[in-house]
Amino acid sequence: MSEAATAEQTENHAEHHEELSFLYKYILPVDHKMIAMQYMFTGLIMAVIGGFFSYVFRMQLAFPGESIPLFGIVGPGEYNMLVTNHGTIMIFWVAMPVLIAAFGNFLIPLMCGCDDMVFPRLNRLSYQIFLVSALVLILSFFVKGGGFGGAWTAYPPLSSVPEFSLTDWGASLWVLAVALEFVSFLLGGINFVTTAMNARAPGMKMMDIPIAVWFIVIAVILFMASVGPLIAGAVMLFMDQRIGTTFFLPSGGGDPLLWEHLFWFFGHPEVYVVLLPTMGIVADIITVFSRKKLFGYRTILYTAFATGGLSFVVWAHHQFVAGIDPRMANVFVVTTVLISIPIAEMMFSYIATLYGGSIEYTTPMLWALSFLVAFLIGGVTGIYLGASAVDVYFHDSYFVLAHFHYTFFPITIIGMFAAITFWFPKMFGRMMNETLGKIHFWGTFIPFNCIFLPLFFLGLAGQHRRIYNYNHFPDLATEELQDIRVFATTSLIIMLLFQVVFLYNFFYSMFKGEKAPDNPWKANTLEWTVPSPPPHGNFKTLPTVYRGAYEYSVPGREMDYWPQNMPPDEK
Amino acid sequence: MSNRGPVATHRSATGIPSGRLAIWWVVASEIFIFGGLISCFVLFKLNGTPGFEDASQTSVIAGAFNTFVLLTSSLTVVLAHAAIERGDRKKAFNFIWCTFGGGIVFLMVKIYEYSGKIISGHTITENLFWSFYYTMTGLHALHVIGGMAIMALISFDILKGYNFQRVELIGIYWHFVDLVWIFLFPLFYIANF
Repeated sequence: MSEAATAEQTENHAEHHEELSFLYKYILPVDHKMIAMQYMFTGLIMAVIGGFFSYVFRMQLAFPGESIPLFGIVGPGEYNMLVTNHGTIMIFWVAMPVLIAAFGNFLIPLMCGCDDMVFPRLNRLSYQIFLVSALVLILSFFVKGGGFGGAWTAYPPLSSVPEFSLTDWGASLWVLAVALEFVSFLLGGINFVTTAMNARAPGMKMMDIPIAVWFIVIAVILFMASVGPLIAGAVMLFMDQRIGTTFFLPSGGGDPLLWEHLFWFFGHPEVYVVLLPTMGIVADIITVFSRKKLFGYRTILYTAFATGGLSFVVWAHHQFVAGIDPRMANVFVVTTVLISIPIAEMMFSYIATLYGGSIEYTTPMLWALSFLVAFLIGGVTGIYLGASAVDVYFHDSYFVLAHFHYTFFPITIIGMFAAITFWFPKMFGRMMNETLGKIHFWGTFIPFNCIFLPLFFLGLAGQHRRIYNYNHFPDLATEELQDIRVFATTSLIIMLLFQVVFLYNFFYSMFKGEKAPDNPWKANTLEWTVPSPPPHGNFKTLPTVYRGAYEYSVPGREMDYWPQNMPPDEK
Repeated sequence: MSNRGPVATHRSATGIPSGRLAIWWVVASEIFIFGGLISCFVLFKLNGTPGFEDASQTSVIAGAFNTFVLLTSSLTVVLAHAAIERGDRKKAFNFIWCTFGGGIVFLMVKIYEYSGKIISGHTITENLFWSFYYTMTGLHALHVIGGMAIMALISFDILKGYNFQRVELIGIYWHFVDLVWIFLFPLFYIANF
């Protein structure tokens, strides 16, 4: 690289920009930090909607037939709409925008030491398409027939024939919303990958990139590879719904099983798409609050690649009882059990990082540690389900539901709170209240377990999913089981009430919190070298990187951390 | 302050220009989309689904002509790239519009084909073969239109003297669109395999 180019790389022209108008700062930003905020707040609003739906349907399950406060009577159609959209919203409009789009957007340029994403206007377009997708989904609730109720898995012919789904335009708007969200994340993904590959600070080798960035980038690559066939499927489903093609209808030569394969070929990598960013965030938080080098950086990285690769060959474990050839099922049992190995390895590495560290029990650390505990339960119960013989009993039961909530909830909710509490000082320039943070943590984590642990036992008792009123099933309408349902619902209400503590902490701290220094956690990564919040352009002088991201408690150094951009001779 | 964009846009830790990296990621994602559709089509055909013998009803001549048109337009976009590498803005502009013209001819043949088939009763809902035919060639045609629109937009920048690298980028995209057609042609026009 020439001398002139080197100078150009470090000199930051951003300070010469004029002050932007309200429109171009908040509504139509190209700045990655503001776009991150847009994604985060949209995601949080959608979380309220998705959470509200779970309140309504859990109330129906605990008190069947009663009019639910703030909603009304829940009939079978309403129940199906609620559970379908709860799942759809939480995965596509909460987990992905908050963990990947918001934190990816905020962190990647900062952690890589550059002033923005490589394609800022494409970044803006990605958010705009995402916002449209959210609005289309919300619109689907208000059309004649109401929102789609065919489960987030949308199996045809239920989803493709309006006479069956009873939600003619609701179903099509749902498909459209999901398709738009996919396009938004494809576009966003291009930005993330290109920026992480190309726009790194001079001196930042591949192995110096923080795990949070690596994992978000790998997740986005996984997404880009897996979503293609489902986009194809979504086009076919939309056409079956609206034009009367028969891609998935046996009467016309089509096959419903085709949809299942297309959906799950994406659906399984998708769970790793949401898992990896949280695991990356947790890795960074754990190292900072253990004051210890991340154990096995390279190993963790290679296992992430292995997980990503393997995730493409496990999908039919969602179809063990769908009528696939049992011999094919055997193949998928093997691959499914195999995939637990790299993830277990990551967990071991995190535990090894903690071992012997000087643990600081800050709020982000509590979230990160609780993620490991809860996800462990989720992951292990997945192995039970991965054995096809066991799945014959458990498929479509509450055991599955408890399993995936013990994985998705840690990924989405615990991961979200870990990331927010950790990076809030950097994003808003103020510290959150630690006491309120801890109250919120325990008020979320304990009720979470009280909701979902009993659900395993409901599954073992034979309770199947997606039933709006178990009074119709005498074996399942026992007092014992109903007590468990009421207990779970009560725990959910308690958990939702504790979220008020978070909301208060979040908004109060944003305006009245103690001003945050540049590096309140004494961390190494580059985002902590700039002011809180970072100015336009991020770095006054773009940094050069001299070492990896995890040099904590290095022997011989007075400070127990060593920022990546600190020259080697400086103390 | 010039409109150069952030420093990030001009860095290249890998040595590959960011625009080129990005367009290859776009092509990769699109391969999965079209690949998914093609796989579904092939699986139905191998399964003996009725209707797939209708590949004999599509006009091989129209399909072959369109293949020739797209291949030639890929040539002209390469010539545009070669011209801009030499600095010849006018020639590059002309070759880009030749490529655009190839796209127009392709679309005209497709309109002729579609209207003829629909009049003969081969609508999208007739059987699964025709559902796939219209869906996939339709999606492909949308990508052709998109490519043409981008080509038109960048051609004026080229003439004015900036963003020369975009000729190569749209060229890569156009080759991909051409490649998809190379797969669609035998599947939909040549019946017996």
